[in-house]
Amino acid sequence: MAGLNKSEFANPVINWIDTRLPIFTMMQKEYGVFPTPKNFNYFWNFGALAMVNLMIMIITGIFLAMNYQPNTQLAFDSVQHIMRDVNYGWLIRYVHQNGASMFFIVTYIHIFRGLYYGSYKTPRELLWMLGVVILILMMATAFMGYVLPWGQMSYWGATVITNLFSAFPIVGPKIVTLLWGGFSVDNPTLNRFFALHYLLPFVLVGVIFLHVAALHITGSNNPLGIDVKTPQDTLPFHPYYTVKDSVGICVYLIVFSALVFFAPNYLGDPNNFIPANPLVTPADIVPEWYFLPFYAILRSVPNKLLGVCMMFGSLLVMFVLPWLDTSRVRSARFRPIYKWFILLWVVAVVVLGVCGAHKPEGIWVILSRVSTLYYFLHFLVIMPVVGKLERPLPLPESISKPVLGGRGGGPMPAGAAAKPMEKA
Amino acid sequence: MADSSAAAHHAAPDGVTKRDLLQLIAGAGAAIGAGAIAWPLIDSMNPSKDVLALSSVDVDLAPVVEGQGITIVWQGKPIFVRHRTATEIKEAQDVKLSQLIDPTLGLDKERVKPGHDQWIILIGICTHLGCVPLGNKPSDPRGEWGGWFCPCHGSQYDTSGRVRHGPAPLNLALPPYAFESDTKIKVG
Repeated sequence: MAGLNKSEFANPVINWIDTRLPIFTMMQKEYGVFPTPKNFNYFWNFGALAMVNLMIMIITGIFLAMNYQPNTQLAFDSVQHIMRDVNYGWLIRYVHQNGASMFFIVTYIHIFRGLYYGSYKTPRELLWMLGVVILILMMATAFMGYVLPWGQMSYWGATVITNLFSAFPIVGPKIVTLLWGGFSVDNPTLNRFFALHYLLPFVLVGVIFLHVAALHITGSNNPLGIDVKTPQDTLPFHPYYTVKDSVGICVYLIVFSALVFFAPNYLGDPNNFIPANPLVTPADIVPEWYFLPFYAILRSVPNKLLGVCMMFGSLLVMFVLPWLDTSRVRSARFRPIYKWFILLWVVAVVVLGVCGAHKPEGIWVILSRVSTLYYFLHFLVIMPVVGKLERPLPLPESISKPVLGGRGGGPMPAGAAAKPMEKA
Repeated sequence: MADSSAAAHHAAPDGVTKRDLLQLIAGAGAAIGAGAIAWPLIDSMNPSKDVLALSSVDVDLAPVVEGQGITIVWQGKPIFVRHRTATEIKEAQDVKLSQLIDPTLGLDKERVKPGHDQWIILIGICTHLGCVPLGNKPSDPRGEWGGWFCPCHGSQYDTSGRVRHGPAPLNLALPPYAFESDTKIKVG
C-alpha cells in the first residue's frame, strides 16, 4: 500500500527523509521504544555482542583483504607482509584472528542461553532455526578463513575437512574433487575459499537480519520463560537495554583486548607458522578450539561414514529441538530435573572439547565416546521423556511479580516500571 | 528521547540536567573510541614499510648517449632521463618566461643541476590527467617544441619539459635527485 509516512520527528531534515523512507520511524519502533521484558539478566547481552563481533570481523576483514594475496605462492608471505610491513597490520590481523575465537565464545554462550531458558520453544521455533543456520554459516566461514594464511594447519585442516565429504558413498569423491577444483587442495581451492570467506559474512548479515526480524515479531524470551502479559512487564529498549548492552560491550572489549594485546597467539597453533607443505602432515593435527567438540564426536566413532554423519548430525539435531522438547515450560529455572540434564549436556560438550585436544588414545577415547553418547541421548531421549515426566515448579503469575518481589532483577526505577511506554 | 520523564525529576530551573552532562560525556567517549579504532584501519591504507623502503633508485647515466632518453621507474612512476643535444639545450635556454603557460620553475637553469645542462630529468606524467607523454624514444612524436607529446589530449612539452600547448596546466614535475658522480644519479 503506497502512501507517505506521517513522521513525528521534529528535525526538518530527518522528518523529510522519514516521510519518504521511514527508517527513523522504524529504528525508533524497533530499537527505541521496543517493549522488552524488564527482567533480562546478562545472558541477554550476547546477541548484541555477537552483532558487534560480526561488524568487527567484517571491517577488519575488508582491510586485511586489501593486503592479502589468495595465491598459494604468495598467501603465506602476504600474511607476513601484513604482520610486518602494513601500518597497524599486526593489530588488524590479530583482532580478526582472535575475533573469530571471541565470536564463537559469544555465540556459544548465546546458544546456551537459548537452551537453558527454552528460547527455542513455540512461538520462537523459526527464530531458533535461523540461529542454527547462522551457526553453520559461521562455522563454514571460520573454517575457510583459517585456510587463508596457508600455513601447515591451514593446509591440512582444509584437506581433512574437505575429505569429510568423501565418506558419502558413490558421490563422495566427486564432491571432494568439486570442492578442491582439482585433485588435491591447491591454488583453485585457496582462491574459492577466499571468495567464499568474503561472501559468507554478508550472507550472515542477511540471515541475522531475518533472525532479528523474527525476534521482533515474537518478542524476546526472558529468564522466567513466561510471556509478557502487560506493558508493566516491559521496558523500552532504549535507554534501558542499550545501556545494559553497552556495559556488556565494555566487558567484552576488555576481554577481547586482553587476548589481542597480551596473548594474541594463545588460541592459535604453532604449526601455522610453517608454510603449507602438501608432502608432510604435522605430527599433531587439531582444529581450532571452537571445533574441538565436533572433532571429538567425529573421532569417537570407529566408522568413517558413521563418524561424519554423527558430526553433522550433532549440528542438524538442533533444527528439530523445538519438537524434541515436550515440556511447555521454557525456563530451566522451573524445571528441577531437566535443569541438571542440560547442565550435564554442557559438561559433556566441554569434555568433548578437551578430548578433541588430546590424541585419541586411552582414557580420551572412552571419555569422548561416553560424552558423544550423552550428547545425542540428551536431545533424542532425555528431552522428550523428561518433558513428559517432570513436574515443573509453579510459574510466577507475571514478569513483574517476582521482579518486584525481589527475585533476580533487583530494584527497579518505580516511575519507569509504571509507565514504560511514555515518551520513550 | 526516553530520558525526559526520568530527567524531569532532577531538572534545574534552566532545563539543564545532570543527565545532559552524562550524555555528552558518554557521546564524547564513544566518539574518541570510534576515532581510536578508525585510525589504525585508515592508516593501514597508507604506504606500507616495504613500499617506503623503495623510495630511492640509483641510475647509471654512462650508457645514455647524446640525443637518447631512457625511462626508469621510481615509486611506481616513470622518470624521463634525457641526454639533450647542444641544439636542444640552446632551444630550452632561449625561451622567455613570458612565452610559457606555467612560469613556475620556468627557466631552464632552474630545471637542471648546475654543470649538468645536458641532463633533463622529469617525472614522466602529464600534468593534465596523468598519462605518460610520448617523446622519450627518438622514434616517438615529440610535438612542435621537440620535447614530449601527450597522446591522450594533445598536450605538448618542450626540451626542458615545460608545457607549451594545453590542456595541461603545469610543467612536468621534477623529481628530487642528486648527482653522485658525473655519470650517476640517485632519484628520491
